Amino acid sequence: MKPKTGDFNRAAASALADADVQRNMRGLYDGFHMARERAAEATPNWEDLRDRARAVKAHTIEYLDHYLGMAAENVERAGGKVFFAKDADEASRYILDLAAARGVKTVIKSKSMLSEEMGLNARLEEAGVEPVETDLGEYLIQLRGETPYHIVAPALHLSKEQVADLLQEEIGGPRYERAEDLTAAAREQLRGKFFEADMGITGANFLVAETGTLVLVTNEGNGRMCTSMPKVHVAIMGMEKVVPSMEDMGMFLRLLIRSATGQRLSSYVTLVNGVRRDDDVDGPEEFHLVVVDNGRSKMLADPALREALYCLRCGACLNACPVYRKVGGHSYGWVYSGPIGAVVSPMLTSLPDAKDLPYASSLCGACREVCPVRIDIPRMLLHMRSDLAEGGPHSGSPRASLAERLTMKAWRLAVARPWMLRLANRLARLAQRPLVKDGRLRKLPPPLSAWTRHRTFPAVASRPFRDRWRSELRKSRRDG
Amino acid sequence: MKASLFVTCVVDQFYPEVGESAVRVLRRLGVEVDFQEEQTCCGQPAFNSGFRSDAKPLAKRFLDTFESSESIVIPSGSCAAMVRVFYEELFHDEPDLAAKARNVAAKTFELTEFIVDALGITRLPESSGPPRRTRVTYHEGCHLRRELGVMTQPRALLEAAPGVELAPMRQADVCCGFGGAFAVKYPDISGGMLADKLRHVAETGADAVTACDSTCLMQIAGGMEKSGMTTRAVHVAQLLDEAMG
Ligand code: SF4
Repeated sequence: MKPKTGDFNRAAASALADADVQRNMRGLYDGFHMARERAAEATPNWEDLRDRARAVKAHTIEYLDHYLGMAAENVERAGGKVFFAKDADEASRYILDLAAARGVKTVIKSKSMLSEEMGLNARLEEAGVEPVETDLGEYLIQLRGETPYHIVAPALHLSKEQVADLLQEEIGGPRYERAEDLTAAAREQLRGKFFEADMGITGANFLVAETGTLVLVTNEGNGRMCTSMPKVHVAIMGMEKVVPSMEDMGMFLRLLIRSATGQRLSSYVTLVNGVRRDDDVDGPEEFHLVVVDNGRSKMLADPALREALYCLRCGACLNACPVYRKVGGHSYGWVYSGPIGAVVSPMLTSLPDAKDLPYASSLCGACREVCPVRIDIPRMLLHMRSDLAEGGPHSGSPRASLAERLTMKAWRLAVARPWMLRLANRLARLAQRPLVKDGRLRKLPPPLSAWTRHRTFPAVASRPFRDRWRSELRKSRRDG
Repeated sequence: MKASLFVTCVVDQFYPEVGESAVRVLRRLGVEVDFQEEQTCCGQPAFNSGFRSDAKPLAKRFLDTFESSESIVIPSGSCAAMVRVFYEELFHDEPDLAAKARNVAAKTFELTEFIVDALGITRLPESSGPPRRTRVTYHEGCHLRRELGVMTQPRALLEAAPGVELAPMRQADVCCGFGGAFAVKYPDISGGMLADKLRHVAETGADAVTACDSTCLMQIAGGMEKSGMTTRAVHVAQLLDEAMG
């Protein structure tokens, strides 16, 4: 999908104006966010677990080549094939070639952010292969031709009514009202596809290096069918998803699931080890693992952004983020949204095109507070801002507008020396005079008029603290 | 104990009364307060906007001004975080300045943190004036909580303050939407966040909302005036000053 990351302002404005979106998003705090809070509280040693998980991630990413090599070897030992793709196109082409060679007409898919990132469905369709999303939320956004609204809940933005309309339009028949009936209708629609499909495509939550085991975490179980029913199973995986051992994987599972939905365990955790063996009751005849870089090595190469690769895609930072809860997922203009999206999307697409995203944060740090691997998102956003404002490896030349640069220079002059601050104070008081009433500014001229749409502004003090200190405070001693 | 007050540019220029309160409170607690007149701004606005080379001279100025102070007290969690946490990041490729920053950071405190942690005070002297009663709700500044880890200290002092009754607020730790340049660049998103905060303040029925940062209070007070709320917005320093005065 072509990124629309440059469209943040307009998209955010329309989300803010949409009462349904705003109501929905408010629910995220009491829903997912609070569920995570309770789950974290109920888990002994939760904070230690986070520290350990972060340390394991740091180590694995540090020695990524080693662990990917080990994982690939073990996948192949279990009868799988491994392909390393440098970008989305290479990964897609591998899959398309495979589909063509096997005469694949229909592909069933389990939810995968990487597939969205690759725009894989569009590529399959172009090649005459029908991709069928089997995760309910993902199925709904596929029908609507949208990107996921939320990492964990792709159709978070759709109301029950919208889903009812959508399914009736798609499937025909009666318009269902109840959630159970809607799910049943979708399931009915999907069931036939499971039997038709000759290829299953899944993502990967983890890949265990020491055993070559692919781990999938889902709540609906359709993902598991994608790995076992069709003859060919293709798993696509971002190169950062490898973990060293089964024991590590256990720890990450606890953190991931609790952080995502507050559940102690998700309904389905699927472990896949290569192809079907003679004594297996089911399983694919072929297993392909496609390991995708697609810009990840840009983050790997920058020590300040490397930790973005620790991400488990749990979505906790989205739920915790007050900005995400206002602007919603689509404002971020690409596949990944929320705080981690503001880091990852620009890195995987283009920072200059996505230059609004690093600034779309009050730097409140709520994301880092909930992140199971303590990713310091605010620090990365600051790093990207400096790359944009002053030029750097990701932006090339400085991208700040002339107005921004002039504002910065003016401010810097004002605060450069105490006497300049005094002068600035005097000038500001002169300028504000026609606007002040009872010590407040209630309507500022553009470009500050937007500020006073939501709040009034205090007038600059006629006697700043430094003057008061000189004339009174300095002399008075205790009990001033 | 001696403390140099870094009053912050916002308090200096917009809320001098907060600085006055901080001085009075500290003096009543036996602290010898001084004010280095060379101080201006910690450089945070530039740093947060990505203009690190504009932030550096200000950070250097801060370090020079306060290097020889015994301790530095700041009535703002955000500015204290700039000095304590972000100066080191700012000077990460200049080892001498980074070392200087670490040295200054080690003796820099946010006001309530200084009172509770450095002075070890959690009981406040009784007020000499007539008893007052104020129902107050506390908004938790983001940098104060998440960069400095200061959570219990302001609440402990407010609870200890004579005549102050603390009314808990829902989502007290959720950002008010200020975020410095953020509120200027994204006034409407910031306004949406503010609206949520105001709803939660209103729910408490408190007479006043307080915080350790004048910038949060600038945002909240401005929003309250705009929406016709009559709740007062006061800095913790002012409440402590009132309660002890
Ligand atoms: S950054 Fe952290 S909180 Fe956000 S999705 Fe990734 S792991 Fe979860």
